[in-house]
Amino acid sequence: MELRARIPAGPIQQKWDTHRFEMKLVSPANKRKYDIIVVGSGLAGASASATLGELGYNVTCFCFQDSPRRAHSIAAQGGINAAKNYQNDGDSVYRLFYDTVKGGDFRSREANVYRLAEISTAIIDQCVAQGVPFAREYGGQLANRSFGGAQVSRTFYARGQTGQQLLLGAYQALAREVAEGTVKMYPWTELLDIVVVDGRARGIVVRDLVSGKISSHAAHAVVLATGGYANVFFLSTNAKGCNVTATWRAYKRGAAFANPCFTQIHPTCIPQAGGYQSKLTLMSESLRNDGRIWVPEKPGDNRPAAQIPESERDYYLERIYPSFGNLTPRDVASRRAREMVDSGRGIGQERNGVYLDFRDAIQRLGREAVAERYGNLFDMYRQITGENPYVVPMRIYPAPHYTMGGLWVDYNLMSTVPGLHVIGEANFSDHGANRLGASALMQGLADGYFILPYTIGDYLAQAKFDPVDESHAAFREVELQVEALTKRLLDVNGSSSVDTFHRELGRVMWDRCGMSRNESGLKEALAKIPEIRERFWRDVRVTGTGESLNQELERAGRVADFLEFAELICVDALDRNESCGGHFREEHQTDDGEAKRDDDRFAHVSVWEYTGRGNAPALHKEPLEFEYVQLAQRSYK
Amino acid sequence: MRIALHVWRQVNAGARGGFERYDVPGITEHMSFLEMLDVVNERLVEQGKEPIAFEHDCREGICGSCGMVINGEPHGPVRRVTACQLHMRSFADGDEIWLEPWRARAFPVLKDLVVDRSALDRIIQAGGYISVRAGSAPDANAILIPKRNADMAFDAATCIGCGACVAACPNGSAMLFSAAKIAHLAAIPQGEPERFRRAYQMVAQMDAEGFGSCTNHGACEVACPKEISIDFIATLNRDLVRAELGWGAER
Repeated sequence: MELRARIPAGPIQQKWDTHRFEMKLVSPANKRKYDIIVVGSGLAGASASATLGELGYNVTCFCFQDSPRRAHSIAAQGGINAAKNYQNDGDSVYRLFYDTVKGGDFRSREANVYRLAEISTAIIDQCVAQGVPFAREYGGQLANRSFGGAQVSRTFYARGQTGQQLLLGAYQALAREVAEGTVKMYPWTELLDIVVVDGRARGIVVRDLVSGKISSHAAHAVVLATGGYANVFFLSTNAKGCNVTATWRAYKRGAAFANPCFTQIHPTCIPQAGGYQSKLTLMSESLRNDGRIWVPEKPGDNRPAAQIPESERDYYLERIYPSFGNLTPRDVASRRAREMVDSGRGIGQERNGVYLDFRDAIQRLGREAVAERYGNLFDMYRQITGENPYVVPMRIYPAPHYTMGGLWVDYNLMSTVPGLHVIGEANFSDHGANRLGASALMQGLADGYFILPYTIGDYLAQAKFDPVDESHAAFREVELQVEALTKRLLDVNGSSSVDTFHRELGRVMWDRCGMSRNESGLKEALAKIPEIRERFWRDVRVTGTGESLNQELERAGRVADFLEFAELICVDALDRNESCGGHFREEHQTDDGEAKRDDDRFAHVSVWEYTGRGNAPALHKEPLEFEYVQLAQRSYK
Repeated sequence: MRIALHVWRQVNAGARGGFERYDVPGITEHMSFLEMLDVVNERLVEQGKEPIAFEHDCREGICGSCGMVINGEPHGPVRRVTACQLHMRSFADGDEIWLEPWRARAFPVLKDLVVDRSALDRIIQAGGYISVRAGSAPDANAILIPKRNADMAFDAATCIGCGACVAACPNGSAMLFSAAKIAHLAAIPQGEPERFRRAYQMVAQMDAEGFGSCTNHGACEVACPKEISIDFIATLNRDLVRAELGWGAER
């Protein structure tokens, strides 16, 4: 497998401009002759579908939810970054680029990140024009706040519901194209496989989740916008439906998987409460603007927070990182929280959290101003825990949240399968080993509104297409395979529910391949996962039939894929014998416990190729070169 | 805790449904309502019975997937929350709890507690957007919007499209849902060019989908987990009248 990143030549500031000029165009009259499939309707998928529709392509968009508006982007809380420098605080495209490369611990492509920073400003313009109700100052201008890993205020937000408002903007743009007839929407439809004909992605096989019917859809290009895989940990902040199925099945059809071990553990989530728990809830990073994180100085201090005097509190982030304080990047903040809990200074009944305290902010700004900024988050916290964060500090602990790894793509966002494009969280491209807060929304919309619509045209204009439709033998063949898999799941007829296996897998992944990893733990996980998988296929019980709405069957297919994919994460984590960003190998840390990279051996993207059932995946390396941001040990002190 | 559930079970859209009673021991008050249903479902699966189908996804009260009528109230007894944010501490040991799907002509039941809400998507498709091509927008701060208007737009835009308003309405009307989008886009200058056309077309689509009319009953506002105000329906009605009178742009 040859990895051609297709990064344009020339100075970084001009690469995207040059490339846009050099790309081939499809003339307006020809666009409607091209069929494009978009899978997923989150920020990336909805914005791409809408924009491709506006351009005149013939688009079909699929989502497994009952409506495209429910994609998990909806749950993003804090905000979206853009290098507008509206605060006049020294921000610039270059600084956003620099912060993102550094925040990602030097494991992303400079050219991609620069393009992202460059486009960030147009995203805000676009969203405001669509009517997204961003927070504003009294003078009518847009408001900003700060996020982790940055010393400027460049985050735009809509209370604690930024993802919702941005997604509704994209959803409405999509709705308009559906009404125009340029996009045909298939809700309640799940991708089960990709169809490759003569080396090109030419369509997909899907299951109608209401009727159970399996069908094929042919096209000239396929775009996956199917999100991340944090649910491999079972408990995560992801929606229950988030899954790896689309990207995993694409991997098995030849799309290489990049950096699967780069997973992000978000520092501020509500700690786990019981064994029945079905998911973890995020408390937005924006809370770290005004909330102060602390634990009691003495281990085992059982007093309620209010009775612990100032002198016996350890505001450990402010202590260790005086210049970034509570706004250190996520990977750093998460590891430190874990360290506090592991050293016996955890708080709460289960001693499994740290405090996020708003006492000082409420004193300084008043309760009303705090409510204005974070009201809905405070309400959500109160509803879940039964505690009032205006009175007692929040309890928080890290949880799996986002995955930087994903299908490998070139500068044009195309995978190693020609015609198969991957956008948003589903690809690996921009965040390196750690994503900065408020950058996921930025990347999803950059890919969907402003990058893919250009680059896919270049592909379509240059490729020679044989006429292929759903009657082609390749489609029937894949349909039969998909039907056989469904039947196999239903036929096991064992004794344990799908969730039993998913929970077990999640525990192994969290313990052995979670916030920190080491060689022996990873080897243990690699022995354990096939064993769980084998038991799954022997003992899972999937009730109902394939020809109806069957949520157990949907889950079973997704968990079957997680059970295979989990192994690849561990293989990658074992191979990457260094620490970087969210990938913390205990064997490699500095004296003060920070991630220690090994740039001589690991300044590359690890790209894994499927080599057939039962075979070890093949590793390819895309070297990373840093011409503009000097490789350095990250410091937030 | 030990509770009893009476759940609406219906095999598919064409089948006849009915209530089934489930005895549910071993529940703790910290569980969310949906986690309680997960437990019930796991037990059903272990017995080889089909679990209860219900919609859910984010479990944080923002995606709008979940929704069921709990003891006669959409999203249950606690105000301002979705079913997924409801916790068992809101119930008492020994409670009998009745679970039904949204009941409305425009929301056919597909299975158990799952209904088809695609009519809401079609209302948005009829005009619930601002037409702006990617790449054609002016600088974001070129349009100044008073904070008051921006806040009002947000208060309306916070709708999650769950459909509780429709389920609560004795007429099965989608007025609160439609009004929320119309008021959001009417509160800001970008929404002005298509304002009256939007109101006219969205209401026409609402009628075509089989939603009922609004008789100012107010149950929608009470049921809404996001506290969308019924005042927005006044905005909708005003814009609709102006559209009917031919104000502003063409219909």
